Amino acid sequence: MTMTSISRSQIYVLDQDEALDFYVGKLGLEVNTDQDLGFMRWLTVNVPGDPEHEILLEKPGPPALDPATAERVRELLTKGAMSGWLCLTTDDARKAHEDLVAKGVDITDEPTERPYGIDFGIRDPFGNRIRIGQMHPRA
Amino acid sequence: MSRAVEESNRAMLRARDAMDRAYAEPLDVPALARIAHVSAAHFIRTFRATFGETPHRYLQRRRVERAMYLLVQTDHPVTEICHLVGFGSLGTFSRTFHGIVGESPSTYRRRRAAAVAVPSCFTKAWMRPSGAAG
Repeated sequence: MTMTSISRSQIYVLDQDEALDFYVGKLGLEVNTDQDLGFMRWLTVNVPGDPEHEILLEKPGPPALDPATAERVRELLTKGAMSGWLCLTTDDARKAHEDLVAKGVDITDEPTERPYGIDFGIRDPFGNRIRIGQMHPRA
Repeated sequence: MSRAVEESNRAMLRARDAMDRAYAEPLDVPALARIAHVSAAHFIRTFRATFGETPHRYLQRRRVERAMYLLVQTDHPVTEICHLVGFGSLGTFSRTFHGIVGESPSTYRRRRAAAVAVPSCFTKAWMRPSGAAG
């Protein structure tokens, strides 16, 4: 048995329209799928040119979660404890940082030289952590 | 009601992020409260209810965590590290560091081997010491 790829991953968002505004409008990702399935809005995005790796932007709520649990999830998300984490790569971390600062995005960690490259941290509007890195080639 | 909690949580998180990002600057409660759009008294109370410790204590631990990192990862003198992480005086730094870590900065430096390199958001989240506050 061999797994071949992480094709889809998921993070929680509080509002899918606001998520689109952030992930597509500010981060520059592309909408992969935006379809109302009736029981849920299936909304995924991907890095431009990489549709094989989708991120599902899921809104927590009933019936998938009971209302009280959904409320806990929303509370944990907004205090940064929901563990949603994305690590994106770019060819110019300092330029990306500059662009995102100009767009008013919350910066959590300024660009820093690290053994693996240059990276910085941002926070999405809901509380998820995102790391953007200009990575050295892996050995 | 729950919407108000979410908005408050997110505002407190924004102030906490500011401490994580700008710990080296002379941050104070009024400045952080402005980031969260609340009064200073409300900020201290709400931050504590949200994250389980006062903003002052959070910032002290962040600064000590960054000092621990620099002590291990760099050759900077202790005095320089003290200022790099936002402490105004070596006395306050040494006392706070010892109170939280349980040993002096130079003892800690000697004892610790180099750590493996992982993204700094993890080291910052996991290595901020939880010992008694100084």
